Amino acid sequence: MKEGQRFSGRVSAPITNLVHRFTYIGLVAAAFALMLLGKADLFIVERFRAQVTDAVAPILEVVSKPVATFNEVIQRGRELADIRRENAALRQDIERLLQWQSVARVLEGENKALREQLNFVPGPQASYLTARTIADSGGAFAHSLLVNVGSQDGVTNGQAVVTGDGLVGRVAGFGSRATRVLLITDLNSRIPVLVEPTRTRAILAGNNSDRPRLIHLPPGVSVSPGDRIVTSGHGGVFPTGLPVGVVDSVSEAGISMQPFVRRDRIEYVRLIDFGLQGIIPLPGKITDAEPPK
Amino acid sequence: MKPAFWLRLDTLARKFTPFGLTFVLILLNVLPLHIPGMARVMPLLPLMAIYHWAVNRPQLMPAYVVFLAGLLQDILTGSPLGVSAIVFLGVYGVIVGQRRFLVDKSFAVIWLGFSLVAAGASAVNWLLVSVFYVTIIDGDALFFQYLLSLGIFPMLTWIFTRWQRAFLGQI
Repeated sequence: MKEGQRFSGRVSAPITNLVHRFTYIGLVAAAFALMLLGKADLFIVERFRAQVTDAVAPILEVVSKPVATFNEVIQRGRELADIRRENAALRQDIERLLQWQSVARVLEGENKALREQLNFVPGPQASYLTARTIADSGGAFAHSLLVNVGSQDGVTNGQAVVTGDGLVGRVAGFGSRATRVLLITDLNSRIPVLVEPTRTRAILAGNNSDRPRLIHLPPGVSVSPGDRIVTSGHGGVFPTGLPVGVVDSVSEAGISMQPFVRRDRIEYVRLIDFGLQGIIPLPGKITDAEPPK
Repeated sequence: MKPAFWLRLDTLARKFTPFGLTFVLILLNVLPLHIPGMARVMPLLPLMAIYHWAVNRPQLMPAYVVFLAGLLQDILTGSPLGVSAIVFLGVYGVIVGQRRFLVDKSFAVIWLGFSLVAAGASAVNWLLVSVFYVTIIDGDALFFQYLLSLGIFPMLTWIFTRWQRAFLGQI
């Protein structure tokens, strides 16, 4: 018996070694194959991603809550420290905003009257969906968030995601209870925008840094630091006029923009359902996508 | 019969903990911490787990577990599927091959080993993602991520070592 064991050990050790080596090589090959499959944008890969995300989402949701609460407590403490100064600043803001409010009321009335004269057809009404961030993933290579709503709440691809400050990004893949939001700073993000003061069209292209760039501007257009950037609504995916950021620097190397939304402050976001599906096709719903005339 | 069953279940649970800890670190890595600038330079926590267990208990961290950890990492961070799996498997392969230089060595050697391995892993990761998107990716965040990882490593290793002594002493 002992002899046999020693014998089998002597034979089996190299075999197990060999098996281990082959498994290892096979797994590396499988990982490369997955990369290629992902490059081909296969539906199956996307579904696999969505299903795994769905499975992990409840855990992330539970774990992310205490972290958020802890941060909230620290934030409260900080606010308490300079409550007096902030109060004074807010009083000033209220005065200034009340003036703006009266201006806005006058303009609203005028706008309505002019629209009636022109028989203007208003665009589709947007509906909102509020969600909580459960993962802020990315590091150096990808800028995206996971939020705790999914197809069961009515999420579809391409919906604009905003906070009170401005545009966060767009929906890029969803499962039944979790959704991936591609931030405007991600390498793959391209958003049609307007330079507000001159109404110049441009594309906001993310580059995995904190400052996305403005590209494809018409030649001979002057853009200066401090110009506000808003969504243009071209392509029919996003509503018009969502605030995005301000031009940060203009140089030979390109035009960079500072987003209004700070990534570390994102906790609750709103997903805007604009009612239009635009250029991003949905499976099985392509026929009813007549663009408004 | 019964005690043997419970003993086996106990051993099984203990054996599962290296993977469990790695899984927890992958989740921790994507938690929204709301610290300014943190999300871009989040330290490579899962890599530390794989490094530690590949050095100390490679039999509890088989290659397919490393592969799965990489896939989960890719899915949660939204990077191209397979990239982290390749990087993790690469680190695992190098460590298992060179274990004799690292086992039972002083902490400084282990730390130095990690600094080399993490630099290689970051470089390979950068290369793979750059090739995938056919563009050159800005590497500044990567460098700070690397430094932060080196700083966090002693703390995490201390926790792993305690864990190993407490639960995996005889395994």
